[in-house]
Amino acid sequence: MSHPLQVVITSLPYLLGGAVVTVGIVVGAMALGFFIGLPLAFVQVYGNIVLRKIAAFYVWFFRGIPVLVLLFLFYFGLFTLIDWNITAFWAAVLVLGMRGGAYQSQIFRGSILSIPSGQLKAARALGMTDLQAIFYIILPQTLRIALPGWSNEYSIVLKDSAIAFVLGTSEIMSRTHFVASRTYEQLAMYLTAGAIYFVLTWVGVHLLKRLENRLKIPGYTS
Amino acid sequence: METNKVPLLAIEGICKTLGGKEILRDVSLILEEGDLKVLIGPSGGGKSTLLQCINLLIRPDKGRIFLRGREVSFNRKKEVLSFRQEIGMIFQDFNLFDHLTALDNVSIALRKVKKMSKREAYERARMELERVGLGDKLNHYPAELSGGQKQRVSIARALAMDPAVLLLDEPTSALDPELISEVLAVIKDLSESGMTMLMATHQMGFVKNLAREILFIEGGRIIEQGPPDYLLNCKDRHSRTWDFCSKLNDFYGEDVA
Repeated sequence: MSHPLQVVITSLPYLLGGAVVTVGIVVGAMALGFFIGLPLAFVQVYGNIVLRKIAAFYVWFFRGIPVLVLLFLFYFGLFTLIDWNITAFWAAVLVLGMRGGAYQSQIFRGSILSIPSGQLKAARALGMTDLQAIFYIILPQTLRIALPGWSNEYSIVLKDSAIAFVLGTSEIMSRTHFVASRTYEQLAMYLTAGAIYFVLTWVGVHLLKRLENRLKIPGYTS
Repeated sequence: METNKVPLLAIEGICKTLGGKEILRDVSLILEEGDLKVLIGPSGGGKSTLLQCINLLIRPDKGRIFLRGREVSFNRKKEVLSFRQEIGMIFQDFNLFDHLTALDNVSIALRKVKKMSKREAYERARMELERVGLGDKLNHYPAELSGGQKQRVSIARALAMDPAVLLLDEPTSALDPELISEVLAVIKDLSESGMTMLMATHQMGFVKNLAREILFIEGGRIIEQGPPDYLLNCKDRHSRTWDFCSKLNDFYGEDVA
């Protein structure tokens, strides 16, 4: 029988291939979540009652159901029902993205609400349309304010992506599981998987922190 | 002679109820070219709501607004937007755009609303900022400016749009005492250069020296109006304005009447 370290070293390239898949899922899900969450947030703050209700229902649905249930519901349930031959990878991106959109909308909503409402008033007083005021005045500040929360969301989605393993996506977790169950080096392998997640979290959060510092408005605190 | 002249801005019978409470009841006023009129009165009396009704940030329930004799239709979005460009507004807490430098604060509406080129807009913005004495702060962000400087940026921002009328909602109330004078000096200059202004303020020294007329608002109505000399000088008759201002006087030790 081989040494645990040897198993880890031998399987490392295979696991890192999984890391690429994981990063793909997370980047895809974060991007989809962004494009769902941002408009959803603006609708919740500025929309009429009908749009607000729809947005609230969306958020309530995706925040109220465990991610594992969502994955099964969509991948084995809904997508099968409509005969959509989607790969496990894209199903994971889609489900984590739609769910992330619900969470991200709350991050953006809080950011929008933290901008003093007088700024919108001032923009309108200058003759801007509501859309111009939102686009040029509210949005740029919303994105800046949302970054710390968004970075936190990244670290959550990254770790939640491990559950995509149940669909048979060949990301970090499923590859680790595969190697561990064949070599019986459970401890060493899951420790390695944990380490890879740890590094990915650290790198991502670090990069976003750098972005945050670069976009920081001089003199502005809070 | 003056009687046939169409006033620059005329407000007729403005009423507004907010949350079941009558904030403004049948308020009318006229601003002639070059006027500086001031709104005085207890807080909650309707000054701020009136100013925001005038540029339609708050839509009046009733009433009419005329600019140079032309009625502004509250329902036509385009008309409201172009009317707002003609009515500058200065707020108590400045409301600068926190993510933009002084220069961009002043130029953004020029570019996005007036569709000026970036160069043209910057040129104009620089000029306006120099006019309020901030030529050396062009690239400062609001958070790097003092309250008085912020308010002067907001005045430059409003002036850059070439408004016909400037509405000022207690422009010095949020300022430290030693910063008030720098803002009042700018407003005084503006008035002397012929800018038409309607200003809510309790700076009585300023009012006495510069205002053409005081409008005293209480309970959503203009209950007294007249030149400062008349309202603040009442040896033999009662004036609500004088009462109010002498209380300010007791409180702040300000020179009122």
